[in-house]
Amino acid sequence: MTRGHVVFITLLGMAVFLGLDFANSEPLNPYGAPPLMSLGSGLAATGAHCAAPPPSK
Amino acid sequence: MSTTTTTLPPSPPGFMSRSLVLAGVAILILGLAMAAGPRYGALLAIGMGFGLALEGFRFGFTGPWRRMILHRDASGLLAQLICIAIVAMFAFPMIANNGAEIKGAHAPIGLAMIGGAFVFGASMQIVMGCGSGTLVNAGSGNAVAALALPFFAIGSFGGAYHLTWWTSLGSLPVVALGGTSGLAITLAGLAAIALVAIWLGAKDSWRIPRRYWLALAALAALAILHLAVAGQPWGVVYGLGLWVAKGAVALGADLSGSPFWSAPGNAERVVSSVLTDVTSLTDFGLIFGAALVAWWRAGLGSPIGVYPARAWVAVIIAGLFLGYSSRLAFGCNIGAFFSGIGTGSAHGWVWFVAAFAGSWVGIKLRPLLGLEARS
Repeated sequence: MTRGHVVFITLLGMAVFLGLDFANSEPLNPYGAPPLMSLGSGLAATGAHCAAPPPSK
Repeated sequence: MSTTTTTLPPSPPGFMSRSLVLAGVAILILGLAMAAGPRYGALLAIGMGFGLALEGFRFGFTGPWRRMILHRDASGLLAQLICIAIVAMFAFPMIANNGAEIKGAHAPIGLAMIGGAFVFGASMQIVMGCGSGTLVNAGSGNAVAALALPFFAIGSFGGAYHLTWWTSLGSLPVVALGGTSGLAITLAGLAAIALVAIWLGAKDSWRIPRRYWLALAALAALAILHLAVAGQPWGVVYGLGLWVAKGAVALGADLSGSPFWSAPGNAERVVSSVLTDVTSLTDFGLIFGAALVAWWRAGLGSPIGVYPARAWVAVIIAGLFLGYSSRLAFGCNIGAFFSGIGTGSAHGWVWFVAAFAGSWVGIKLRPLLGLEARS
């Protein structure tokens, strides 16, 4: 087994996951998407981050 | 008469192959921008940039810590500190002047946070890959990282599931440095660590190789761009846990028992497309960018490492620990160390001390687990 096989399996796994997610998640809507840059948009950042404190119980 | 067989090194891809692949990458990014929105296409491109920089310049976080501990080679650690300092010099004013649009990686210091960082440091040395490193290594064909990655994701999901319970064991309020004084304290702290590293390092190990300078410049530029585009610093592990949460829900699991996954923002992300999640997109980009570099260099033909069975079992367990502990620690080397310190969070400093101590333990464990020759 070579590194190429590992890359192929990794990318294949990614592709399968993305396909399943595409089928099961809400459809994409580019017209409701945020602007390219958060900086200067006037909108609060809403993305998730691992450093965000947890919600209270 | 004897015949000699020689193995020619694999030839790199030709001009046409490279051109076609680059065109495909451009179409992929533009296609995502058109289908989901321009920010998401940009984030995938930034993630690829991270992967290209880390794999292309052979830079990372785990290896330099290992070389500092084992060989007193301070160069990689110094490069990391300079990179964080550059990011901080841009991030602090951006956060101060655009409070709502730009947020830092600010998290509380707590018992579970410190313990999590220690365990993460040990685990990343066992796998020889941190948050970004595991993704990059998996993308470039490292079998250890590729095996650890799904378990990293499962652990991240589990750690997030239990996060509220762990933080209830004892946690301080969030402490975040800000403004000019906060930036001065941050830069002074980074300089102090750098001086200690130079003092402890071997002679001349403070000299940073050219490829590290290139890597840190690229990473700093991409991290600042990420902050401006996403409104939040670079992170890794949230996305990994989200992938498993999505899979669990698709299989019929009920996540309402978890305060974390049932919180409105997280519940919404579980049902939304993964192509609209900030950290997922940069994670995909890291893997893809690293794969691109490995292919470009014709480095995919070499065989994978051979390890005993107990080493593979250790990799699975370490992968689970990587994910679980990074959630308790409010980030990995990227979300907590790089982005935490770079945006003024006190937890980033505590994370660094705890994870570095854990790294020392992980380095000692690695040969015992069959992952390298025992000395």
